[in-house]
Amino acid sequence: MNPLRKLFRHPAGLFGAIVVAVLVLSALVSLVWTPHDPVFTDSARRWLAPTWAYPFGTDNSGRDIFSLIVAGSRVTVLVAVGSALGAGILGLLLASLGALTRRWVREGVAVLIDVLIAFPTLLIAMLLAAAWGGSLLVVIVAVSIGFGVNIARVTRPEIRAVLAADYVLAARASGIGSLGILRRHVIPNILPVLIVQLSWGMAIAILAEAGLSYLGYGAPADTPSWGRLLSELQTYIGIQPLSVLWPGAVITITVLGFNLLGDGLRDVTDPTLADPILSETVPASNAPVSPAAAAGATSDSSARETEPAHITPVSPDATEAASISETPETQEGTR
Amino acid sequence: MTRFLLTRALLLVLGLAVASVLIFLALRLLPGDVAQVIAGTDATPERLAAIRDSLGLERPLPVQYGEWIGGLLRGDLGNSVVTGTPVAGEIWEKAQVTLPLALLSMLIGLAIAGPLGVAAALRRGRPAGFALSGGAQALAAVPVIWAGMLLVIVFSLWLGWLPAQGFPRAGWSDPGAALRSLLLPALTIGIVEGAAMLRFVRSATLGVMGQDFVRTAAAAGRTRTGALLSHGLPSVALSIVSVLGIQVAGLLVGTVLVENLFTLPGIGRMLVADVGNRDLTKVQSEILVLTAIVLIIGTLVDVVHRLLDPRQREVAR
Amino acid sequence: MSLIVENLRIDFGARTVVHEVSFEVSPGARLGLIGESGSGKSLTALAILGLLPEGARASGSIRLDGEELLGRPDRELAGIRGDRIAMVFQEPRTALNPLRRIERQIAEPARLHGRLSKAQTRARALELAELVGLPEPAEILRRYPHELSGGQRQRVSIAAALSAGPRYLLADEPTTALDVTVQSEILNTFDTLVRESGSGLVFITHDLAVLARIADHAVVLADGRVVESAPVRTLLEAPQSELGRRLLAAARRTAFRPAPITREESTND
Repeated sequence: MNPLRKLFRHPAGLFGAIVVAVLVLSALVSLVWTPHDPVFTDSARRWLAPTWAYPFGTDNSGRDIFSLIVAGSRVTVLVAVGSALGAGILGLLLASLGALTRRWVREGVAVLIDVLIAFPTLLIAMLLAAAWGGSLLVVIVAVSIGFGVNIARVTRPEIRAVLAADYVLAARASGIGSLGILRRHVIPNILPVLIVQLSWGMAIAILAEAGLSYLGYGAPADTPSWGRLLSELQTYIGIQPLSVLWPGAVITITVLGFNLLGDGLRDVTDPTLADPILSETVPASNAPVSPAAAAGATSDSSARETEPAHITPVSPDATEAASISETPETQEGTR
Repeated sequence: MTRFLLTRALLLVLGLAVASVLIFLALRLLPGDVAQVIAGTDATPERLAAIRDSLGLERPLPVQYGEWIGGLLRGDLGNSVVTGTPVAGEIWEKAQVTLPLALLSMLIGLAIAGPLGVAAALRRGRPAGFALSGGAQALAAVPVIWAGMLLVIVFSLWLGWLPAQGFPRAGWSDPGAALRSLLLPALTIGIVEGAAMLRFVRSATLGVMGQDFVRTAAAAGRTRTGALLSHGLPSVALSIVSVLGIQVAGLLVGTVLVENLFTLPGIGRMLVADVGNRDLTKVQSEILVLTAIVLIIGTLVDVVHRLLDPRQREVAR
Repeated sequence: MSLIVENLRIDFGARTVVHEVSFEVSPGARLGLIGESGSGKSLTALAILGLLPEGARASGSIRLDGEELLGRPDRELAGIRGDRIAMVFQEPRTALNPLRRIERQIAEPARLHGRLSKAQTRARALELAELVGLPEPAEILRRYPHELSGGQRQRVSIAAALSAGPRYLLADEPTTALDVTVQSEILNTFDTLVRESGSGLVFITHDLAVLARIADHAVVLADGRVVESAPVRTLLEAPQSELGRRLLAAARRTAFRPAPITREESTND
């Protein structure tokens, strides 16, 4: 079955895909339109209660919180995509160095990975912020390093396993160079693992952006960002406590979405699971169908045909997920 | 065992060395003129010269690094470029907030993750189990700062039970007040970290549930649940120990954020302020100390795990 | 006074893995349950103890000295397990708790059901270790399972199963995972001990040669159905079922070639 379809049958994966699609969509739309100008201040309309015109109300300077959140999704998408790219490239580079090169380089890389794993991403970001001053680039670079190391640690054994496989040895014998093997055999084989990791990595990137922007080392002052909004609203938590609900809930749902998308992609692409509908079920042929799985199966028939059909091209994850199914087949072909 | 301890100690030293070099280089190589960064663009040439002199920036990098490390080994973490006060004393003072906070957070996290994780495994496939693991999944996605704000709203603003910020000036001389001001921050980290750990405990428990020796214990005359609790849980506990090292890293990140949210005078808040002041010597030592804590606890956890697991312990025959 | 299994049926969701299996054992009697892997022998034993894997459902009747066991709550079955019916499992590598010393495991059923004091448990453990022929029993009791050989671990399992003096003993291929030479010794120990204890035995195996040494009566299972039920002597001389003939042929071959039997025919899974 097409993995994208499988993903949409997976309730958690479907939820994740929808969240990510909505996020990307709102970031794109906010480039040309938001309900109100997110940076326009008007003291006459400060702390308005939620209404149709201002669904989440307004803040202390009269800005529309909903528009701020919609506009803030741009920063979120930028940081998520930037971090995923950076972490993916750095991770694969480290993993390849740790798998393909001479022994002493490999050992050195292994130690480096072990040490870097101990550096929490936030500390890397603080270190870079001390040197460069805070910026979104610092956030992206910090997550790229912090999560890239994680990717390297997960993919390095996979790469080594692929390299030791018979068909790769055969390819080597027939004179295909390291780069060729990397491109033709290694990358297609670790792509499923990589995509799952990147989805989880984006969740971490979003949390990191929120945290660092909160501390004042992320998004610049004039750029709408969820973390920054949270810290601004916190100042008035004694006056308008409930206004912090909105940005916080939006961050939580988005992070949850990326996490669940990662879970869904893992279940869909992991060939060791017989029928991975939901991690709740026992992965065995004799497992009873869980109520959640049954619910997912019924809800997808309507959802699959309508919404996600036009949403998918927008989501970079979903389109990449489509290529996963090719992996085993191409592998058979090249063997 | 001795051999294992030696290798592990050697790896720890190697790790600390690599970490210190990375931290040092990140702060010296990246920004261009270090003195300019510290003093700001409008600094006078005299001020710049003074900073260069005090940091020894004219000397080659290996010498600067050597001096820093040499000082570290003597317990001297250098002086603040901005205020001139010694860093070590200040870190020690702030640690009296951060370490209890981290410890309390971990205890709360374990108290949540342990029982509920096991319960989630026992109730797998049923509504309660689904609610527990789903709830944990959602909670683990909550930004720590937001979790803190929500707790403040409920416990400080509405119920008025606990202080929303600050730490008693008298510190631990009034343990009750000190503990009270750490309770909400620790709860914040504990709940979010606990949710992440719950998922781990759940899958560890599920793994143990399928083990033959748990079935043997049931066949000996225990209920299925009783067999899991008495024979399975020690194995679960063992796997929790093995991930505590990773948890510590998450915990420290949590303290940095939460100390700022609750204005607690700890290492995390100091670090954030020093990054803002571009106090590079302080930042460099603080980050090394925090990284060292993660690395040392990671090593300790490895050793403890070894000691607890009879399969890895070498017994004299 | 007997353990009666009647029309036992075990389902996994829509799949039925054991159909209408019936047999009876009295104390002192020795029944062999023989069949290929996947024939439902082990599940039948687990059903008697109420320890079927999650998702499996048993129906029919299992009566212990007149009491129905099927459908009883786990708490009540726990009082029977180890005390009146005990079981020895197949895999000695995983059947013992890796984190507990042998001393705390070898007398576990006796301790759970006998309300022994700490000192009594210790004495009983030593007694049991000697009984099953463990070398240097006092020393071995202080060890952890991974420090014992497979044969020694299986001796521990047998001792534990017999520790509370169960009236019925289920043994699920207790020697299959062992080396051939060890297999024979353990089988001898097992045979003697069960004879002395006077327990009714249900011995599960796929090997007719092993069965012939241990059991008096044989029930042959194929795909979860009883295809033959006869005295072992009859089965050895004139098997009625197709599977019975195949098992006999296989047993004859192993007599010359002491290697694990490999089968051509695949079973239902």
